[in-house]
Amino acid sequence: MQHVAAAPPAHVEEHQTNTGLNNRKVLMWAFLGSDCMFFGALIITFLVYRGKWQGHPTPQDVFDIPYTSVSAFALLMSSLAMVLALAAIQRGDIKRLKIWLLCTAGLGLVFVGGQIYEFTSFGAEGLNLSTNTGGTTFFVLTGFHGTHVSLGIAWLLSLFVMAAQGKLHKGRSLDVEIAGLYWHFVDIVWIIIFTAVYLIPV
Amino acid sequence: MSAHTPAHATEHSHPGAREYIQIAVVLTLITALEVFVYYIHALRPLLPPILLVLSATKFALVVMFYMHLKFDSRLFTAMFVFGLVTAGFTAIAFLALFGYVHVAGAA
Repeated sequence: MQHVAAAPPAHVEEHQTNTGLNNRKVLMWAFLGSDCMFFGALIITFLVYRGKWQGHPTPQDVFDIPYTSVSAFALLMSSLAMVLALAAIQRGDIKRLKIWLLCTAGLGLVFVGGQIYEFTSFGAEGLNLSTNTGGTTFFVLTGFHGTHVSLGIAWLLSLFVMAAQGKLHKGRSLDVEIAGLYWHFVDIVWIIIFTAVYLIPV
Repeated sequence: MSAHTPAHATEHSHPGAREYIQIAVVLTLITALEVFVYYIHALRPLLPPILLVLSATKFALVVMFYMHLKFDSRLFTAMFVFGLVTAGFTAIAFLALFGYVHVAGAA
């Protein structure tokens, strides 16, 4: 009798590993753990200098909370779009995958665009990297976060191109999942930054 | 069929699109609440703990459900929490270094 090999379920690993888990996924979680330490150091550096800023303007002088709230909301919704993209490829719906990937990248672009406008307006008001420790720690922290988001957008767009070329299918949902882990991480970092940097008063 | 089947390969109920959207609604409401609370001057003394609780809730929702950590291998949880805890200890060290926290026995 001829045996027809069934395609393995998307979540069953192709290669045996010591942990039974996909090594790329393990690596991504290890990276995210390290990135926690990275952003933790930047956030706490901003916080320990709060109230000790010399000269004006300080970050608190120039913040526009309603404006930043909208960009925070955009990034939150991008996480929803990302998880819906993953759900789409896990059920083999490549059309929806492309739509949600574009939505995620689009909302990420809204966020980054908002950041660029915000930084530009801060600079026009006199707050830049060298104004005081507030400016330095703020722009280093949010600059690194914005860079993370930008790289994530490039990653998502590359996945979109792959999907458009027919290179993504249900069996490769892990590729989207790993990108999703990275994307959700930059979102949760912003959750912390928005609260600790923007909302909690000096 | 391989005998070495990862635990997560077995069927388990995990969120679908409906649940993800519900979580997104909750995240939106919490964000709105954070901004709302920010503008209530009477709550200023309590603002830091209130905001920390709200942001921690958002953080947990995204990590557990969107990042699927609640349903995935505990090794992933361990790796992520290790980074978080180390970041926490780094924060405490910074606070002690800058005199916000006094460590017993330190000069």
